[in-house]
Order: sequence, then C-alpha cells, then structure tokens
Amino acid sequence: MNLKQKTSAKSKSSLRDGEGRTAFFAISPFYFLYLVFGIFPILYTSYMAFFAWDPLGEKVFIGLTNFTNLLQDEVLWKALRNTLSIWVLGTVPQLALALYLATILNRNRLRFSNFWRAAILIPNVTSVLAIAVIFSSLYGRDFGLINYVLNIFGVDKINWMEGTFTSHFEIATMIIWRWTGYNALIYLAAMQAIPKELYESASLDGANGWQQFKYVTLPGIRNVMIFTITMSTIGGLQTFNEPYILGGVTGGNDKQFYTLAMFLYEEAFRKFQFGYGAAIGIFIFFCVIVFALINATIASKIAKD
Amino acid sequence: MSTLTSKKSTSPTEKPQFRISAAIAYITLGVTTFLVVFPFWWMLVVASNEKNEIAKNPPRVTLGDQLPVTFDVIFQYANISRAIAISFIISISMAVSHIFFCTFAGYAFAKLKFKGQKQFFAFILLTMMVPGQLGIIPMYILVTRLGWNNDLKAIIVPGLVSAFGVFWMRQSISAVITDEVIQAARIDGASPWQIYTKIVFPLVRPTALVMGLFSFLGAWNDFLWPMLILDGDKMLTVQMAIAQMKEQAYIVNHAAQMGAAFFATLPLIILFFLVSKQLVKGVMEGAIKG
Repeated sequence: MNLKQKTSAKSKSSLRDGEGRTAFFAISPFYFLYLVFGIFPILYTSYMAFFAWDPLGEKVFIGLTNFTNLLQDEVLWKALRNTLSIWVLGTVPQLALALYLATILNRNRLRFSNFWRAAILIPNVTSVLAIAVIFSSLYGRDFGLINYVLNIFGVDKINWMEGTFTSHFEIATMIIWRWTGYNALIYLAAMQAIPKELYESASLDGANGWQQFKYVTLPGIRNVMIFTITMSTIGGLQTFNEPYILGGVTGGNDKQFYTLAMFLYEEAFRKFQFGYGAAIGIFIFFCVIVFALINATIASKIAKD
Repeated sequence: MSTLTSKKSTSPTEKPQFRISAAIAYITLGVTTFLVVFPFWWMLVVASNEKNEIAKNPPRVTLGDQLPVTFDVIFQYANISRAIAISFIISISMAVSHIFFCTFAGYAFAKLKFKGQKQFFAFILLTMMVPGQLGIIPMYILVTRLGWNNDLKAIIVPGLVSAFGVFWMRQSISAVITDEVIQAARIDGASPWQIYTKIVFPLVRPTALVMGLFSFLGAWNDFLWPMLILDGDKMLTVQMAIAQMKEQAYIVNHAAQMGAAFFATLPLIILFFLVSKQLVKGVMEGAIKG
C-alpha cells in the first residue's frame, strides 16, 4: 500500500517513530469499510443506471435511456418539488429558531442554563417513528388536538395529510421539532468560541445589539452555519421516514407528499427496476451537490456582509 | 433583544429594559420546553385512556388508568419485545465499535503526522456529502450475495465506523488535548499507541461516550435499510415494529400504537437522563474548532 510505504520511509529519518504505522492502523478500518460498502456500491450504481436491470432476469445495456426516461417522468419532478418544499419548510424556520434560541442561551447570567440546554436536546434523542406516531395523532382529522385547538378559533377540520401544503407542513413541523435544539446547541458552542473582546470593541465603537449580532456573531459562526446547512441539505433531500410513517409508502392519493427517497424505494424495491432506481439515486446525489453548493454560497455571503 | 442594554449599560435607567428582555428569554425557553415535552405527555395520555376519552370534546389531556390494558395488547399482537432486543443488539454493537474505531482514527488525524493526512481527512469529509441512498441498490445486491439477508451482520458490519464519528472525535481531540501534552509524553518515550491509550482516550472518554450514544441513536432510528434486509416477521427492529402496527389496519388501536411508541422511546429517554449533561457538552464540543 502506498500510504504504508511512504510513511515507513519517512519514519526512518524522523524521531516520530511508529507514528505512520499507528496512523495506518487507526484510519484503515474506515477506508476499508468505505471501499467495500461505500465506493463499490456507488460505482456499481453508476454502472447499473445504464441497464434495464431485472434482479432475477436479464440485464440489458440501454445507454442513457434510464436518464432520459427519468427526466421526462412527471413523478420525478413532483417528488423533487415535494422534497424541496418539505425541506425548505422544515429547515429555514428550524435554523432561524435555532439561532434565536442560541442567542438566548448565550446570555450572561442565564438561570438554569444546564436545564434549558438539556431540555431542547430531548427531541433529538428519540425514536423517529415513535414521534411520527405521536405527531400523526396530534394532527388527526377528527380527534387530533391541533384541529381541536384550531376549531376554537373557527377553523374547520383539516385533513392534514390530504393536502399538499398541509401534509408538507405536518412533516416539516416534525423535522423542526426534532432538530432545532440540536442545531441551537451547535450554534451556541460556536458563539461561545467568539472572543469577548470582539463584542467589547464593537460596543465601544457604538454598535448596538443587532449590529453586534450582524457584524460579530454571524461572521463568527459562519463555518458552523455552513456545516449545519450542508448537513440539513443532505438529510432533507433524503427525507423518507417521516412521510412514510405519517402518510404511507404511496406518498398520498395524489402523491402530494411523495419524496425522492420514496420514489427510489418504490422503483427499486417494490417494482424491482434496479437500473431506474440507480438513476434516481444518482439524481438525488446530483441535487445534494447542487443545493449544498448554492446554500454554502448564500450562507457565506450573508455572514460576510 | 438586548439591543438597548448593551448600548448604554452604564445608565441605571436601562434596568427595566433588561428585565423585559430577560422575561422574553425565559418565556421563550419555557414555551420551547413545553413544546418539547408535550408530545411525550400526549403519548402517555393516549396510551393510558380509552378511545372515547380522547375523542371527547374537549379531549382529555390527563392520564387514565388503561396503561396495563394497552401493554397487554402490545405484547399480545406485536413482536415488540423481540424488536427491542434486536434493536439493542444492533445499536450497542455500533456504539461500541464507533467508540473504538472513530476515536482511534480521530486521534490519528488530530495528533499524528503522516503523509497524505490532509487528503485522507478531506476524503472523509467528502464522504459525508454522499447520500446513503446513492449506493443502496448495489448494497442490497452485495449483502444478498454475501448471504447476509435477514442477518444482523448486514446492518452492523457496514456501519462499524462512521465518517461523522471520525470527524467529531478529531475535532474534540484537537480541542481538548494540547500538542504540548503529547510532546511531553513523546519525550518521556511513550509510543503513539501508549499515548493514545494512556493519555488521549481517558481525556476524551466523555466525548467518545456521547459520540457512541449518537451512534446508538442513529442505529436505533435507522429504518429503510433494516426494512430492506430483515424479513419483518421474526427479525425486525423497533422502528419496523411501529411501522407494522401503524400499517396493520385491523388494529387501528391508537392506544396500542402509542404504547409501542412508548417502548421505543423509553430506553432513549432513560439514557438521556443518565447522561444529559455530557450529551450537551459533547454536542457542543463537536461543533467548535471548525
């Protein structure tokens, strides 16, 4: 192995004896497993996408047909729209709320701060499907608590999972509920790493609280913000569990909450169109890259200004 | 929020405004905590009441006495105890393995010097960008070829190390342990392995445990992959058991569903209360030193 040769050659001349070998043993499990269960499947996906691939029968090379069919498939665009809509509804308020909670938790002399920090982390430490069961009960049409409360204000009973926006809203609230606290703690950690002197000198320069937030806090947590946005993009484009358990594998009568991941699951593992499913997987990956880049650019612009 | 207070903090007239902003802060935190806790309360309410109590107008929001009945139903109809055992086996194996492999790899990236270190680490970050669904079809074929269908190996082995865990431990080790400490140990003649076991691991053990807990959680919550691999009959995870209960139309029993949700959540909540302080600390430590 290349790595081993290079490092052992180096360790002869250096005092740091054995470092290369230890490092090799330390990091190779990851690369070995990733080679087998990461890189190989990815490459194989790209290969399969060029075939009409019947898992039990023939594999016929069909060139780009899977991709051209996919791009003309209305279901793909519907699933993409749904996925993006759920992701935006679930992520934008979530990260804004997390930022707000973090500024509150970052106050000087906040009482019970350990309690608050632990409390907001609880939703992250739960079972997704269990929470989905609870949310689906809260959003129930006839006996759901949310419709009951809305009814007090004169709103008619809503069949949440029937509508496009309402089903996205229901799924998004669950995502927000689960992830806001976790991101708030990450923002809080980044805020506490900002040197106090920066705030002091900003305040001497006459910057008010909002200006301090804009010119000291936001740039200070920029990297962490990009990190959280990127991670939520990757997670958001793969949304599967929440819509699956809240509304079922079909994604609704009108496919109103059918996501890209559900599309992949159905084509590959219900219809056994492995080649087509592989093409969907590649499409999801492509979306992740495009949107992660767009978001990172926007986030770094916001924090720079 | 604290706009005016920070502007002229010397002025005594600012005190009331500070109080207002403090009040808003506590109210926000109070409301947030309520929103966090309420779904769990609702779970217990539905699980412990008869159906017509929940259907009442206004619905009942206090606990009832039907909990034993609900639990009876669950253990009669669902494989929930089996599912919990299987989920525990999977989650604990992954947590232990992550604590070992991710921490060791994190140490190598944080404190050892080797050729290609930057590139190898960049590669790990890159893999975090790759959605797991991209390779899921070949993974399925591969696992079938290996004869691991309906076998827990198919779930545990591919996840023995995680990129996120390595990243997290690398951040934490470089934040917690100074290079001077390592240097001193090296001068005393300690080998890299000794430095790891005697100095580094004991110092980052709390973070490693938290990382392991998150691995436990991730494994506990994984749904799509176990659903593809396990037959769902004798072999199933907690998440699969809940999904089955929800899909099986012949038991549209909300109390039972909630009871199952309760059993799926309980172990996590207990774990949480045991280590909540370390959890918070661990999440925050993983974040800094980007």
